[in-house]
Amino acid sequence: MTDTATTNGSQVPLVDYLVLADQPHLVANRCTSCGARFFDRRNACASCFATTFDKVDIATDGIVRAFTIVTFAAPGVTVPFASAVIDCDGTSVRGNLINVDPDPAKISLGMAVRLATYSMGADDNGAEAIGFGFEPA
Amino acid sequence: MAENVWILGITMTKFGKHTDKDVVDLASEAAMGALADGGVTMGQMGIMAAGNLMGGGGVGQQIQKQIGQTGIPVYNVANACATGATALRTVIMSVKAGESDMGLAVGVEKLAGAGLLGGGGQAKHDGNVWAPRGRYGAVASTDGRIGTDTMPGTFAQIGMEYGHKYGGADFELFARISEKNHAHSTLNPLAAYSKRFTLEEIMGDMMIAYPNTRPMCSANCDGAAAAVIVSETKLRTLSLEQQRRAVKVSASILTTDPWEEACQVLPDVNTLTRNAAKQAYEAAGIGPDDLDLVELHDCFATAELVHYDNLMLCPEGGAVDFFKSGAPWRDGSTPVNVSGGLQSKGHPISATGIANVWEICHHLRGEAGDRQIEGAKVGLAHVIGLGSACGIHVLEKSAA
Repeated sequence: MTDTATTNGSQVPLVDYLVLADQPHLVANRCTSCGARFFDRRNACASCFATTFDKVDIATDGIVRAFTIVTFAAPGVTVPFASAVIDCDGTSVRGNLINVDPDPAKISLGMAVRLATYSMGADDNGAEAIGFGFEPA
Repeated sequence: MAENVWILGITMTKFGKHTDKDVVDLASEAAMGALADGGVTMGQMGIMAAGNLMGGGGVGQQIQKQIGQTGIPVYNVANACATGATALRTVIMSVKAGESDMGLAVGVEKLAGAGLLGGGGQAKHDGNVWAPRGRYGAVASTDGRIGTDTMPGTFAQIGMEYGHKYGGADFELFARISEKNHAHSTLNPLAAYSKRFTLEEIMGDMMIAYPNTRPMCSANCDGAAAAVIVSETKLRTLSLEQQRRAVKVSASILTTDPWEEACQVLPDVNTLTRNAAKQAYEAAGIGPDDLDLVELHDCFATAELVHYDNLMLCPEGGAVDFFKSGAPWRDGSTPVNVSGGLQSKGHPISATGIANVWEICHHLRGEAGDRQIEGAKVGLAHVIGLGSACGIHVLEKSAA
């Protein structure tokens, strides 16, 4: 488990598969047997049942393979927003489309996008959370 | 050779808002209706399976306590929107295996006014400290930050993905699919909503998750459905009238999604449906061209499009052309959702996978009144429960 005690001025990623390096990027657990990629903590491979994984960096450029603009969501979720599935050089990634109006006139299937990060603000300990999305390339 | 199985009795309650009835009232009404329809009693049932997702659990025994406690086994099942089909299939498996010669399947839900369902409907709060939790080590709620957890949004992306792959699927096309189902619902007195909408009304209604507007989403409502399953051997000992109205279960299939790239990023409702369809056609010894009507899982207008393809009602990639040809309208070559579908008939989750079988049986028995598909002999009922489970039942008219 990651150490949850953060200190003033530090940054934490929204999810543990977001790497906050000079070039922020996503990282997947790759099955060393069949190559299947997963973003969550694994017990075994859903494709071939093997149990060893390594880390693989995911391309930060991709194209929009599917999207929706959500205008009605649960309390606490800011709407509207554009949700999408991005094809990042063969690995599918889920994320919001950011730095673009959530408007069907501004977003299209096949659109080229790239990973971008943004601040989610600081917590009570002063740690800043960093989120990610995809912006038009 | 396993025993052939038949539907002896089947019924559904009116779908809609039943403020004066609880889950057990609705389930009892459907169960007693199915028993009466089949001309049998609880005393003849050897097994019971029941589904209810939103209640407190154990609905099967609660129903028994109202309509008949005989000591038979009850299987309380849950499989998201495929719960009803799972209950039905549980009874079918028991009868096929020879463990019982008759059984009762019930699905029931109280959902009127429920709003967004599933994880996408739960209120989201961030904590005071960014602490990682769960399998993704998320320090805050990801719904709305990393895509959407809502069902309308998920299925919107599923439809849009089809458009990306094959082209031609735009907002207007999806709205036209909804227009068809709402038009069909005007002939269904048991539908929760039976109002016809114009294309302009559908496209101009409240947007929920582009391109799904409110009438393009399945309607939350209350309802129940139940079926009595009988073995062929037992059926042959019953009256000629019971044999004449019995409907043959030519295929009963349940699948989950095999791993595919992206299936844990956006649910893949395609592969498991296609696999179930292949197995169902093979088991029944019929093909999609033989179907006189289809009830498929149009939880959203965007979902109906992809299932034309998954159920092989059209060539691969041809769903847009299939719809534009008029084929799935009730006067077309393959009528789809003549009940009005989930968008207008309603979607009381656990009841849906039996209610769609009832719709097919109603036509095969020639009892569908104004909405009868004349001469219907073979039909297919399909449901998807996200997560995922796919249930398909192929039904054939009795030759007797």
